[in-house]
Amino acid sequence: MDLITPEFGLVFWTAIMFLLLLGILRKFAWKPILGAVSDREEGIKKALASAEKARLEMQNLTADNERILKEARAEREALLKEARDLKAKIVADAKDEAQAQANKMIEQAQIAIASEKKSAMAELKNHVAGLSVEIAEKMVREQLSNKDKQLKLVEDMLGEAKLN
Amino acid sequence: MTLSTFKSILFSVLFLAISTNGFASENSDPENDKEFEPKEMILHHVKDAYGMHIIDISGHPISIPLPVILYTDNGLTTFMSSEFHHDYNGEVIVEKNGQKFVNVHEKVYVLNEGETQVTYDEEHHPTNAKRPLDFSITRNVFMMMVSVIVLILLFTTTARRYKKSENNVPTGIAGFIEPLVVFVRDEIGKPMIGEHKYKRYMPYLLTIFFFIWINNVFGLIPILNGANLSGNIAFTCTLAVFTFIITTISGNKNYWKHIFWMPGVPVPMKIFLMPIEIIGMFVKPISLMIRLFANITAGHVIILALMSLIFVFKSVAIAPVSVAFSLFITVIEIIVTAIQAYIFTILSALYFGMATEEEHH
Amino acid sequence: MTITGIAAIGAGLAAIGAGLGIGKIGGSAMEAMARQPEMHGKIQSSALILAAFVEAVALFGVVVAFLQG
Repeated sequence: MDLITPEFGLVFWTAIMFLLLLGILRKFAWKPILGAVSDREEGIKKALASAEKARLEMQNLTADNERILKEARAEREALLKEARDLKAKIVADAKDEAQAQANKMIEQAQIAIASEKKSAMAELKNHVAGLSVEIAEKMVREQLSNKDKQLKLVEDMLGEAKLN
Repeated sequence: MTLSTFKSILFSVLFLAISTNGFASENSDPENDKEFEPKEMILHHVKDAYGMHIIDISGHPISIPLPVILYTDNGLTTFMSSEFHHDYNGEVIVEKNGQKFVNVHEKVYVLNEGETQVTYDEEHHPTNAKRPLDFSITRNVFMMMVSVIVLILLFTTTARRYKKSENNVPTGIAGFIEPLVVFVRDEIGKPMIGEHKYKRYMPYLLTIFFFIWINNVFGLIPILNGANLSGNIAFTCTLAVFTFIITTISGNKNYWKHIFWMPGVPVPMKIFLMPIEIIGMFVKPISLMIRLFANITAGHVIILALMSLIFVFKSVAIAPVSVAFSLFITVIEIIVTAIQAYIFTILSALYFGMATEEEHH
Repeated sequence: MTITGIAAIGAGLAAIGAGLGIGKIGGSAMEAMARQPEMHGKIQSSALILAAFVEAVALFGVVVAFLQG
């Protein structure tokens, strides 16, 4: 019975001591300790959040960089292609022009040759005609004495002239 | 064999000192052939006492005297416990302030006017003396003061550590204390009371946890002669009353509704449940009180009973068994010190959580 | 038999009850922990609290025994 009867003195001292302890520790221990712990936890949380943010930013940045690089590459490709096309075109154009020029020149040359030939032929014909006439005159003068010979000669002459 | 010899031998055995010498010399003492009373010895150890008895050296008790503070009809009276000369059978009479005081089983009585000797009834209660209001610094109060000083030093040192360090990094003692504090916060406060309200109760929970724990541990230290503070019903009763007061004060509408008019059950059931809930309100702190008291006291009783076996059997041969068993129980008790502090704190937190729980229907 | 003896028997009976109760709690807690190791901490603390409740009933018995003893 004695064991489970609370003694007044001990209750009194326990109450006083406990309240004292609670008051002192609350002010000088729990507040700073819990404050420090939660501050640190907040700090860690914040640091993690900012790290996450930085990571995302980094990701965005990398993505951006890649995009820009891709764009630049595409642009370069386009430029190169354009240049190549232009070159090809220029070359082709030049070729065409040269061809045309050449053709034209050849044509002109041919025309000129043809006309020269024509005129040369005409001249030749005239010349030949003149000559023939001259020859014929001579022949005629020479051989008009001999009728057969005359005829034969004319015929030969004509035959020869036809071949030409 | 008497109590005093037991103490010296217990002490010797526990500290592996000159135990055989003690046995030899004490056993041959013809005065000490009285029957050894384990129950008396155990109860004496478990209860409170006026002086800090450390050890007996060849029959001379060595103890730290503590002040006896009494509030009697003649006003405040104080004297040192050494004036009783280690007597607790009411034989030594101390005269102070015109009154006669005796120590009967570690309780001071003041003799009625004109009496010179204590007389007892059949149950060994004094008949011609009464108890004054007793504010004495008994060994339990003394150990409590020591524990309070230790706790204050420990935790203020920890708190200062944080101020010194950068970024609140725990260094030194703080590295040891912080996990315990965080444990109380995260495993007791937060889950039992709730994320939003636990902060208000943290100082109380932390203080009660460490206060109970350190006193449980102090109770196990043999050289302090088992100042069984946390196994004293007055101590646990006071702490349980604090928990009860805080629970009752912080009880919200929902809490009182659950006690007086349980929602969600038919009306006859509500009427039936009301007295049960009201009883439950008081049973909770009472069970807190009984649990801590009985656990710690039982631990002390078991250890002392195992030690008593040596003297019951009057044989040194039984000593190794007895010491081994009590060592085993002591190790278990070391775990129990922490578990009981944890249980007291977590149940207090649970009751606070019940008191502040919001309605959620 | 004296009243002290009866009180001792009462304490013993209380101990049997508490032993059974705590044993059941411990066994179930172990089983639950084996099934769900990730809930280890929660189960352990609940088991401790429940054990404390059961134990309290036994301790009432012990205290009654103290009263008589």
